[in-house]
Amino acid sequence: MIGWIDTVLQGLMLGGLYALFAMGLALMFGVMRLVNIAHGDFIVLAAFLAIGVALGVQVTPVLLLLVVLPVMLVVGYGLQRGILNRTLGKDILPPLLVTFGLSIVIQNVLLEVFSADSRSLSAGGLETQSLRIADDLAVGWLPLITFLAAVALAFSLEWLFGRTPLGRAFRATSDDPEAAELQGIDHRHVYALATALAFGVVTIAGIFLALRTTVAPSDGPAYLLYAFEAVIIGGLGSFWGTLAGGLVLGVAQGIGFRLDPGWGILVGHLVFLAVLLVRPQGLFPRTRD
Amino acid sequence: MSAAIVHRATRASRTAGVVSIVAVLILATLPWWADSSTLRLFVEFACLLAMAQMWNLLAGYGGLVSVGQQGYLGIGGYALVVLADLAGWNPFVCVPIAGAIAALIAIPTSRIVFRLHGGYFAIGTWVVAESFRLIAANATAVGGGTGTSLTSMRAFPKAMRESLTFWIALAVAVGAVAGVYWLLRSRYGLALTAIRDSERAAASQGVDIAATKFWVYLIAAFGCGVVGALYFLMNLRISPDAAFGVSWTAFIIFIVVIGGIGTIEGPIIGTLVFFLLRETLGDFGTWYLITLGVVAVVVMVRFPRGLWGYVAARFDLHLFPVRRRLALPDDGPRDS
Repeated sequence: MIGWIDTVLQGLMLGGLYALFAMGLALMFGVMRLVNIAHGDFIVLAAFLAIGVALGVQVTPVLLLLVVLPVMLVVGYGLQRGILNRTLGKDILPPLLVTFGLSIVIQNVLLEVFSADSRSLSAGGLETQSLRIADDLAVGWLPLITFLAAVALAFSLEWLFGRTPLGRAFRATSDDPEAAELQGIDHRHVYALATALAFGVVTIAGIFLALRTTVAPSDGPAYLLYAFEAVIIGGLGSFWGTLAGGLVLGVAQGIGFRLDPGWGILVGHLVFLAVLLVRPQGLFPRTRD
Repeated sequence: MSAAIVHRATRASRTAGVVSIVAVLILATLPWWADSSTLRLFVEFACLLAMAQMWNLLAGYGGLVSVGQQGYLGIGGYALVVLADLAGWNPFVCVPIAGAIAALIAIPTSRIVFRLHGGYFAIGTWVVAESFRLIAANATAVGGGTGTSLTSMRAFPKAMRESLTFWIALAVAVGAVAGVYWLLRSRYGLALTAIRDSERAAASQGVDIAATKFWVYLIAAFGCGVVGALYFLMNLRISPDAAFGVSWTAFIIFIVVIGGIGTIEGPIIGTLVFFLLRETLGDFGTWYLITLGVVAVVVMVRFPRGLWGYVAARFDLHLFPVRRRLALPDDGPRDS
């Protein structure tokens, strides 16, 4: 019994990481209906940027975040302004195909620069320490911090979208870019800000990923799929839903891995497909699309 | 006013038809005078061309941007292994059956992925393909994660094996192009083109959108299943990563985007360009793939209609015309 409680607990912690993956994707889709196929690759890119900096100087993960974050914000803003804004329109193909092309480019550039080796970040000993809950039950500090970061981020994004002028601009542009334009909102700038913000979330996700496990240049697509599954399981329009979706996926994978090491990810996929079949609007939808 | 005449064929399309038939007849003699590597190259060419035509039908006409067609390719490949190696059927006969199995699996799958739209449909199909890959990787009967060899092909002498595989490939390539051409010229093609241009307008004209998309999805699954069986008939070795790899879809998207989406000529041109690039630059590995990605992004942003789209618009050239053109009779009055 305690074994299963442990499985669920560790699954929830893993789900926190998946929720971090998912929030950037949900943000971009929520504001501009843009499905970024390169999302997972940008997570891996952020992780490798952090790993690259850590190769040069020995700094703590928080300092790494402060170094990589501005770079990724600029990349996000520039990407939206320079490329992605041109692809948005009635036709769904251009944004999909452009981000798919970017995915291939990022993977192969990382492969060229960092080789195919898996790498990770050091958390300065934190990765081996854990919090004892009961005699046979413990949770690692690093997964716990990741989980808490996901909760904090869901809260922050909800607050930003619901209570700030920037969030209002996001929602207005999402509802009707032309009407928002009439109110003096430049939707191209707002879209770019949304992507920059999403890339900020992606950076946090990438650093937590590299702290938790090893990362390889070709890992991006798998993370895109987890992020996507979390968004759909949770339901569109709410970051709390996305958090819940990530947790469901994490627990599903955890249970799968416990049943058979080869099944973990498959069980996650199957739970996603089952949710899609039984409750296509997701578990906690706020908007209908 | 005299009645307008509906034209479909053009002089260019008649010429293209004759040239295509002659080219296919010449190609059919290839096993008698070409070496093994040329035959293999053509089989690969046929595989990518047929896949590209299927994807073009899905995305270019049906508005179904799938990133998961490798799922049906893999099913086709594994169906071949199961039927030929484990059940002992003739592997060549298994090729169309593999397509039918892929189409059969697409029926329940479509019920799930059709709940997603647009970009989310794309990633949903990818999840399904990944699920198929993981199931294959867990199936010890077909070698699990490392895959297996197609041992039943040992029963055939090398020359016969290669020739038969080649002719099947030729039939698949011709069948894919001709089949899509025929489909698009039929009334279903008219419905598909209408859906491509505007779903709402098509629905208002009585087009059953859900049924049309369902059939397109099924046909594409069948085509990809056939290609999967054909490819591994040549390759003789299958593994989950090779069969269900997303790089299949990456290459096909590159081919269709470069050639020109929403045209039959586009995927043909695109496949030629792809093989030209691969045979000349393929040795550069990652830089080659980076180039492919950058070219696809630039073409999509700057020239969204691709090479053939440009040619067709510039010279009004249509080798496989699927549109109807109106013309007034030459001797009739021009107005009133």
